[in-house]
Amino acid sequence: MSEFLDILALSVKSLVSQSAVFFALMGVGLNLHFGYTGLLNFGQIAFALLGGYGVAISVAMWGLPLLVGVLIGVVAAFVLALLLGLPTLRLRADYLAIVTIAAAEIMRLVFRSTPATPITGATRGLSGFGRDFYAVAPFETQRTYDFLGSTWTGREIWAVLVGWILVTLFSLLIWQLMRSPWGRVLKAIREDEDAVRSLGKNVYSYKMQSLVLGGVIASFGGMILVLATGSANPDQFQNANTFLAYAALILGGTARVLGPVVGSMILWFIIAFTDAGLAALIRNGIIPSEILSGPDVANIRFVLVGVGLMMLLIFRPQGIFGDRREIVLDAH
Amino acid sequence: MLISVRTRMSGQLAARILVVALTGFAVFLGLAVATQTSASAEGETIRVTLATSVSGPIEGVEVTVTDDQGDEVAQGSTDEDGRFEADLPGPGEYTVAINADDLPEGVTAAVTERPVTVAEGGVGRTAFALSDGSTGQGGGAARIPQLLVEGLRFGLLIAICAVGLSLIFGTTGLTNFAHGELVAIGAIVAWFLNVSAGLPLIAATAIAMAVGGFVGWLNDFALWGPLRRRGSGLIAMLVISIGLSLGLRYLLNIIFGGRSQPYADYRGQRANDYGPISLTDKDLFSIAISLVVLVVVALMLQRTKIGKAMRAVADNRDLAAASGINVDRVIRFVWIVGGSLAALGGVLFGLSDEVSWDMGFKLLLLMFAGITLGGLGTAYGALLGSVIVGMFVQLSTLVIADELKYVGGLLLLIVILVVRPQGILGSRARVG
Repeated sequence: MSEFLDILALSVKSLVSQSAVFFALMGVGLNLHFGYTGLLNFGQIAFALLGGYGVAISVAMWGLPLLVGVLIGVVAAFVLALLLGLPTLRLRADYLAIVTIAAAEIMRLVFRSTPATPITGATRGLSGFGRDFYAVAPFETQRTYDFLGSTWTGREIWAVLVGWILVTLFSLLIWQLMRSPWGRVLKAIREDEDAVRSLGKNVYSYKMQSLVLGGVIASFGGMILVLATGSANPDQFQNANTFLAYAALILGGTARVLGPVVGSMILWFIIAFTDAGLAALIRNGIIPSEILSGPDVANIRFVLVGVGLMMLLIFRPQGIFGDRREIVLDAH
Repeated sequence: MLISVRTRMSGQLAARILVVALTGFAVFLGLAVATQTSASAEGETIRVTLATSVSGPIEGVEVTVTDDQGDEVAQGSTDEDGRFEADLPGPGEYTVAINADDLPEGVTAAVTERPVTVAEGGVGRTAFALSDGSTGQGGGAARIPQLLVEGLRFGLLIAICAVGLSLIFGTTGLTNFAHGELVAIGAIVAWFLNVSAGLPLIAATAIAMAVGGFVGWLNDFALWGPLRRRGSGLIAMLVISIGLSLGLRYLLNIIFGGRSQPYADYRGQRANDYGPISLTDKDLFSIAISLVVLVVVALMLQRTKIGKAMRAVADNRDLAAASGINVDRVIRFVWIVGGSLAALGGVLFGLSDEVSWDMGFKLLLLMFAGITLGGLGTAYGALLGSVIVGMFVQLSTLVIADELKYVGGLLLLIVILVVRPQGILGSRARVG
């Protein structure tokens, strides 16, 4: 019983943990792309990678102040969005999908390659860039705190706090934008691009603005992730994470301001609960270790997310809070 | 009644085509076995080649081979081809050292000692990174024919995997992100049959192709067929295929493990020289098998009734249905053919690069590059595009590091979309 409570406490912690923050920020950006504009961006993780490494490289390698690093990360995400959007936003939706997923894989491979070692630290990654970030925390970050039935380090709390502030700010921004004429044009593009074009709107430019803004939001997610974990490593930015973010977004409900935020929290609660639960079942010999061993548990989450994503789209594409009339998924 | 007769006919046709394809490559692999056994009888050897693009082969450099105890086991000098070869007392870890003082004027070696692991009956090959002041990584122009042939092999392999992907896109409009997993399933089924059950790889491949065809059929029967009938949107189906891909990929990770593993057969083959290029027998037969299978597929598309029906459905689905073609049956057949071809591609990739759980995803992006280059949805476009991508990937190692070679292929994909989004054989009307 106490073991169950421990698992539950751990799962409750992950409701608000750095992972939930990271995927909420990625999801808020994706919601703008996919939910409101109908863009199929499958390389969202590349924007997060640029944000994270923007901070890590600027501070750890070039010795620049943290704020300059944040600026560099944002500019890098901005440039990537332009590069990806320029050739593909005029084409059919699946071209953007293929190009973005390819770009994300290119980035990860380049950042972890041996020739890039002097800049990115290759597979070992970078660390030791968080001092400025923790120095401005208004409370003691060196000690641990008990909170919600689990133990938190001061650094964790600070990173997560800043993360949720960002999530709130960006959600408010999206909420306001979607009430504005600008947001209505985006939604109209999602519904019928040609109709919007015939009204004299520059569809290409609107799509590009959406791609850039969503990418920049994801880059902040990457920054929070590397600052919270204390290291930037290329394998934190695997392609599969983009689809975890999609799962979070669709679970919560696309085209809803809070959809990705709630979706990310629920997703991480489920993942942490199954991870810890399975580990406990293996430890107590209820699941024989021949069938499933400890290291496999980390992979189970992706299997569950994959199956869950399929089930959601087949049986409830609007997710928990979504409105079926606003789903781009039923188009064509 | 009529339906059952039709199903049987397509079944017979499928069986006939499979038999042709299988016998084709069974003969080739049989030949490969014969040559392979004669090669492995000669014991362990070590081979060192010293050459740069400017100076050519380097003659007269002293080479010393020591075992893991530090004892010298072989010594000698490179011949006029820049080669040094010696027999070894057995498999194990060896260190190869060259005498840097013997190198010609202007040539420098980054390292003069390299460790080599020699498998039983295998050849320990090593090359030293020599710099002759020219740019690039040494080798240069002399490597181009070799890289072109390796690129051809790799490109044909991508083509085998991608034909199914392209046909599925053409007939159903589905961008199937889970196609890579069909490739990995084929390779992994063959690996278990070959390594765990001890079956010869040819038999294992035949079974893997049957399993691949079955998985393809199952895909359509259990998932895509019902979704199509329900009228699901293409974007929803695309995201569903991503979910399927993610779930299957990590399931394969749990079943197969995270490490990459080679097949039990055809290991450590020594390369034979054919003029400016050198190829192992398995590479040669990989090319031959790919060519035969692709020709069979092309003949099927061109000559047989089902092949014509496939092209008709890909071209205009409604018109095909109106003219009496059973579209669902054609699509199911496409899935079966696509699945078994993907399995074959997986085995060939496993032969050259070892089997791993995420090999499908690695190949998937190159397949997309190939079929986008050729023209989305056209079968011959997929073929042409894949071969070009394969060659481009190999040739890109002339200027970029080996570990980044797939990046070259993916960059090519992005460049194509900027310059000619409809691909080489595609028509402009296909692009949104």
